[in-house]
Amino acid sequence: MIRKALLAAVTFAFSATTSLAATNISWWHGMAGRNGEVINEVAQKFNAAQSACVLTPVSKGTYEEALASGIAAFRSGEQPNILQVFDAGAATIINAKGAVIPAEDLITKAGYSFDRGAFIDGVRYFYADSDGKFVGMPFNSSAPIMYINDEALKKAGAEAPKTWEEFEAIAPKLKEAGYIPLVQSQLTWQFTENFFSRNNIQFATNNNGYDSVVDTTLKVTDPNLQMMFEKLKAWKDEGHFAFYGAGWADNQKVFEEGKAAFWIGSSGSFGGLQKTATMPFSATFLPYWEAIEGAGTNSFIGGAALFAMSGKPDEENKCVADFFQFLTSPEIQYFYHKATGYVAITKAAYELAEKDGYYKQTPVAEVGIKQLLLPAGEWSKGYRLGFYPQIREIMEREYGRIFSGETTVKDALETIEREGNELLARFAKTAG
Amino acid sequence: MSQSSDGTTLLPALTGRRWPAGRVTGASGQHGQTAAKRVQFTSRLLPYLFLAPQLAIIFTFFYWPSAQAIHSSFYLEDPFGFGSTFVGLGNYTDVLKSGEYLGIARFTAIFTALVTFFALSIGLLLAVKADGVIRGNAAYKTLLIWVYAIAPPVAGLIGMMFFDQHIGPIVELARWFGWEIKVGLNYGDTAFAMIVVSVWKQIPYNFIFFLSGLQGIPVSVREAAAIDCRSELRRFWTVILPLLAPTAFFLLIINITYSLFDTFGVIDVMVKDKAANNPITLVYKVYMDGFRGNDLGGSSAQSVILMLVVFVLTIFQFRFIERRVHYN
Repeated sequence: MIRKALLAAVTFAFSATTSLAATNISWWHGMAGRNGEVINEVAQKFNAAQSACVLTPVSKGTYEEALASGIAAFRSGEQPNILQVFDAGAATIINAKGAVIPAEDLITKAGYSFDRGAFIDGVRYFYADSDGKFVGMPFNSSAPIMYINDEALKKAGAEAPKTWEEFEAIAPKLKEAGYIPLVQSQLTWQFTENFFSRNNIQFATNNNGYDSVVDTTLKVTDPNLQMMFEKLKAWKDEGHFAFYGAGWADNQKVFEEGKAAFWIGSSGSFGGLQKTATMPFSATFLPYWEAIEGAGTNSFIGGAALFAMSGKPDEENKCVADFFQFLTSPEIQYFYHKATGYVAITKAAYELAEKDGYYKQTPVAEVGIKQLLLPAGEWSKGYRLGFYPQIREIMEREYGRIFSGETTVKDALETIEREGNELLARFAKTAG
Repeated sequence: MSQSSDGTTLLPALTGRRWPAGRVTGASGQHGQTAAKRVQFTSRLLPYLFLAPQLAIIFTFFYWPSAQAIHSSFYLEDPFGFGSTFVGLGNYTDVLKSGEYLGIARFTAIFTALVTFFALSIGLLLAVKADGVIRGNAAYKTLLIWVYAIAPPVAGLIGMMFFDQHIGPIVELARWFGWEIKVGLNYGDTAFAMIVVSVWKQIPYNFIFFLSGLQGIPVSVREAAAIDCRSELRRFWTVILPLLAPTAFFLLIINITYSLFDTFGVIDVMVKDKAANNPITLVYKVYMDGFRGNDLGGSSAQSVILMLVVFVLTIFQFRFIERRVHYN
């Protein structure tokens, strides 16, 4: 018995040393369910493709939890090599100068060339610094798009709208046909951040916060945004829009059940929708306002990016660079795009998917990329705002109050701007 | 009396606190005598050695984090720990000046009062009724107690299903009476659902304690009272309830801390990770600002404020309540 155990220990020790010859790197992420499994598959593919590095992905729960764990680990010197950080948390990590090695530096230092132009336009700026240098490596990228209940349109004899004006025109017909004309799932991302980018309107001072954290202030009292929310409130009162709270799924559900005509969701939602929707559906771009001059620009990416944490030995950083290089290869991008519904982030991967006939088979999968590829505008590249997760919470609170009738749109936007600016000023102090 | 000894052995083990002696006259008299014998240690260091593991745990998991929280509550800090600026009491004034924070504090107070009141009174009512049942009382008791075994997030999940906008049975029931419950949308409705689920979760705990308290009341006292007074209700108010006072006051403190802190899981599940315009409690706000917003200074200041609340509550318990309650 003892000899057996000893033998086992020795074999184990040997196997451990053989794998120690390769460099181990860790990757903390905030994805669960199918998306978490796909991450493991990507890591397996990387480990199988080369022998110098062994990548181990670890799920840390939600996006917020992954960021919080990463921060706690960094403070005690136990940080992973790669940390996935979601869009709203980007300012937190990018402004912490020294917490990360910019992805572009990491890759060029490892001896690879880096071509910013290889990436899709809507993807290029959100995780980059104000000079356009990639700080985070875009990973799972999505865009807010409008899903269409095909049956509802047929019954009402209507066409899918490109603009909100067109929506207004057909909403009564849809209601008459027995449908809730419009639902959405995230007022912050879909009707605020991407409202500014789709309609090409400034969101915050200092170049939407990209240039500096000092004295950055929100511009959410913008009359156009006020108009958007007054319209939403009016539509809700007329029965042209329904709101089920800040929870994503509560709002998606009525669309899945075939009760709603349009649902603003994520380009990454369609994989799930294919299983849950009870009716045939298609998708189109997030509408914009014809009346706003210069509107109709692209939206920027949602989702998350991968950051290479600093304070790691060179050989591990080299492995991270290898992995980033592997991750952006067209084959892996295409695999990830198909497996999850997130958009391909490089032009080469997009072309590969097209050549493979993927979009002929599932046209919905292409809508998100096409929206990211629309012409860019001055204000369509997103934002860089500190304490943004909390600012989103303020928005969620105030938007909820608008629809429960506790406040007016004007007061709500003023509150968001005031409290948001206080948070931005606080953030500037922490970063300073 | 045999059941009451079950109760008394269970209680200190569950709560780890001093239990008023003399509630169970027969058994505790003997315990009192053995406890009166002083135990002598041969070495002066030995008792400290025995205490060391417990002290180490308390120090690592309570004093050290508390000290850290107090320290960071005076700083504004970049989450990754690169720069921190001393701001004195700035974090505290920011929090206390914020209308939002005061609104949450107000809700927390109302929530705590309502949950404590209903959990205690329903628990007491059920205990009194179960105490009166003679046949099949084990079945009743088990049915009433088992809810306590449910973890708060699971309770929240079950509650959320009952109150779901699309499929919730309680929502359907209320619709019958013309009340549209919209949890997650309407502040009052969400508050109502949170209170119902939190109370439901806590009733069994109170039930166990009240029942064992009731069974600790000597039969002779009850019989004497029954001879003196015919009204059962009056006997309850004048005889039974005063004898239950130690249990009730102990439960009062436990229920207040439960409502303040342990309802976190219920709230988290019910607001589905998005507080929006829903009511939340102070503990949830600490979590939102600290763990989701990464504002360590502000969140630390809030947790220090909560620490003070608990501190005051503890003093109140020891100084005021334990002195005035009549233990036999």
